[in-house]
Amino acid sequence: MVETGHFALVLAFALSLVQTVVPLFGARLNNQRLMAVGGPVAVTGFALTALSFAALASAYASSDFSVASVWENSHSLQPLIYKITGTWGNHEGSMLLWVLILTFFGALVAAFGSNLPATLRANVLAVQGAIGAAFFLFILATSNPFIRLNPAPIEGRDLNPILQDLGLAIHPPFLYLGYVGFSICFSFSVAALIEGRIDASWARWVRPWTLVAWMFLTGGIAMGSYWAYYELGWGGFWFWDPVENASFMPWLAGTALLHSAIVMEKRSALKIWTLLLAILTFSLSLLGTFLVRSGVLTSVHAFATDPTRGVFILCILTLFIGGSLALFALRASRLTTGGLFQPISREGALVLNNLFLTTATATVLVGTLYPLAVEAFSADKISVGAPFFNLTFGPLMVPLLLVVPFGPLLAWKRGDVFAVAQRLMAAFAAALLATLVTALFIDGASVFAALGVGLAVWLILGALTDLAVKSGVGNVAAGIMVRRLLGLPRSVFGTAFAHLGLGLTTLGIVGTLCFGTEKILSMHAGETVELSGHTLRFVGLHPAQGPNYSEDLGRFELIGVSGSPVGEISSAKRFYPVRQMTTTESGIRTIGFSQLYISLGDEGNDGSVVVRLWWKPLVTLIWGGGLMMMAGAAMSLMDRRLRVGAPSRRRKQASAVPSATLP
Amino acid sequence: MNARLSLTSIVLLLALSFAGTALAVKPDEVLPDPTLEARARALSEGLRCMVCQNQSIDESDADLARDLRVLVRQRLVAGDTDQQVMDYVVSRYGEFVLLKPRFDLRNALLWGTPVLLLLVGGGFIVLTARSRRVLATNALTTEEQAALDKILGN
Repeated sequence: MVETGHFALVLAFALSLVQTVVPLFGARLNNQRLMAVGGPVAVTGFALTALSFAALASAYASSDFSVASVWENSHSLQPLIYKITGTWGNHEGSMLLWVLILTFFGALVAAFGSNLPATLRANVLAVQGAIGAAFFLFILATSNPFIRLNPAPIEGRDLNPILQDLGLAIHPPFLYLGYVGFSICFSFSVAALIEGRIDASWARWVRPWTLVAWMFLTGGIAMGSYWAYYELGWGGFWFWDPVENASFMPWLAGTALLHSAIVMEKRSALKIWTLLLAILTFSLSLLGTFLVRSGVLTSVHAFATDPTRGVFILCILTLFIGGSLALFALRASRLTTGGLFQPISREGALVLNNLFLTTATATVLVGTLYPLAVEAFSADKISVGAPFFNLTFGPLMVPLLLVVPFGPLLAWKRGDVFAVAQRLMAAFAAALLATLVTALFIDGASVFAALGVGLAVWLILGALTDLAVKSGVGNVAAGIMVRRLLGLPRSVFGTAFAHLGLGLTTLGIVGTLCFGTEKILSMHAGETVELSGHTLRFVGLHPAQGPNYSEDLGRFELIGVSGSPVGEISSAKRFYPVRQMTTTESGIRTIGFSQLYISLGDEGNDGSVVVRLWWKPLVTLIWGGGLMMMAGAAMSLMDRRLRVGAPSRRRKQASAVPSATLP
Repeated sequence: MNARLSLTSIVLLLALSFAGTALAVKPDEVLPDPTLEARARALSEGLRCMVCQNQSIDESDADLARDLRVLVRQRLVAGDTDQQVMDYVVSRYGEFVLLKPRFDLRNALLWGTPVLLLLVGGGFIVLTARSRRVLATNALTTEEQAALDKILGN
């Protein structure tokens, strides 16, 4: 089975070369038969990669320690689920997952792309094949997961305990579906540049792919954030760590792309910019892969001592980013601009969105790379941490969030900002009220906290106002209003849901950062502690045994108003003997949208235990908002115009696309 | 560090960089004076734990982080201002400990990027909008375009 997987991987590499070369020449020569090769090859390549991945997963599931990667990252006593998820909990396996998803998207284009013009489809598949070829070669040359050990060891070295969690089952696959999903947008852009032609129907093909990738990336980042929150034992949800930034940059750029693609599809404007953004978004995904996979983040010098993998990815990076940007520089001027609009219009609002989002992306990029640059070019080392990002990224987001509710309400081409402001009056008044109430009636609220609450309320009600206005609230009878609401295009709901989610996330962040409380103390069994109105009794510490770890389980009772316990929270300290590592299992209880969070520390000589408690108001909204954004993307994907009706290329009509105003 | 790195997958490095975190600030470190303690916490959040990956000493469980936390508190008790404490720590451990880089010439590009991009991007948009406004007034209205399409048989 393992050899089958290895062989399938080599075959998939060979097929990716065929997929790159044949359709590309077919498109040049306008040869239908050569172009038609792309589709079946892409599907077969995906099937082979899937076979290869299944072979590795089965080696992991059956604890086949004759495979080096399994030996290094698995243990026979691990629960089956962690044996399987361990497949991608390491460098080699995660790269295999990367190409699996890449070929999956290629196969999707092959399967659902029958309505694409033949040359465009051939070129897209060729570019997709080229990316695949580079990464297949990378895996085979530097990170082969199928390398055998002889003699085979009796026992494995265990998966890193922090990764032995359900988070590993969801987070990386979602993140990769997002990251790698943007490769399709990249391939479409490069294909358009090769053809030297781009029009509104191009945007209509690209937008669903952007939506899918963005949806999964949103979910992946939210899931990763929650995982870090509960697994790492100190209740932080975002750390501005370079690895997080590596996934956040494509998200920011992808969000900008999502919005500019709307302008391009609806109004034929911003074509060149959208194309560039699609290239940049996937380039940032590649950069993220390089940053994380090369070891350059630990230290430039660590990277220099074992540079094989890093240099390889750097070459891939240079080839694809450099190549696509060079092609862009050569061909972009051929593309026509179209779709004129006034500054105050929906297009104008989306341009503003793009300005702030790209600036924010660049800020995160510079902040992430600056320490590396300083280290490489001088003897010094500097750190760029959370305080820097809070000071730069934060102020960039505030004006963006303030104008979000205006965007969907403005008309295309020429908007009336005063009319929109009038419609948003109720939302604005409520936000103002929320700010005042927070400032005056909630203890310990700073001015920033009050304004933050106001901003979140403004976003949430702004999103709902959009739906209300479009369904005619206040103008028509209730029955007609409901019918209108249900009749609205799904994409209108998508926008409202996503913006609502943004508001919820903002509210969660403001609530947790500004109103959270914390207590650090030593506790004996039987003692009680009070935190923000919640009383907890420490029942005691009990030893317990897991399948591949031992733990000290600390039990706490939540005391109700009547003085009797209403619930239990347990938090544990686990010890994994194989890796000699200790992990904290935080105890969490969700009360409304807020959470009580308990983490255990060292035991004292007198039998006491150090306990750290947090009250995290509204914290679940941070991730709930992320789910809401995903729901918005899913809604947009279900929109009629993306679901049915093959988009057809308009004949020379670029400047006369009817302005698709809503009913 | 390298051995640990090779074991992780892309995203998991995130988790790993905080490996072994149990609790940071311990009860016996806490200063009796709450205002002084609050200042110590605030300062700690801006200081990097030198042996961790991108973690502040307030969050880290490492011994070195504990030493630094105690040092910060000692200086505060001795009557130092926040700036004096930071300067003292930097003089001992170098600029690497600062999670917020200083505003100086070397970091000009770092701090300047957001402002610069916003100005350049904003300026570019304003300029294009101006040149377009002229075009926009000359453009056909929807009705005219529809009539034209009809004539051309589109």
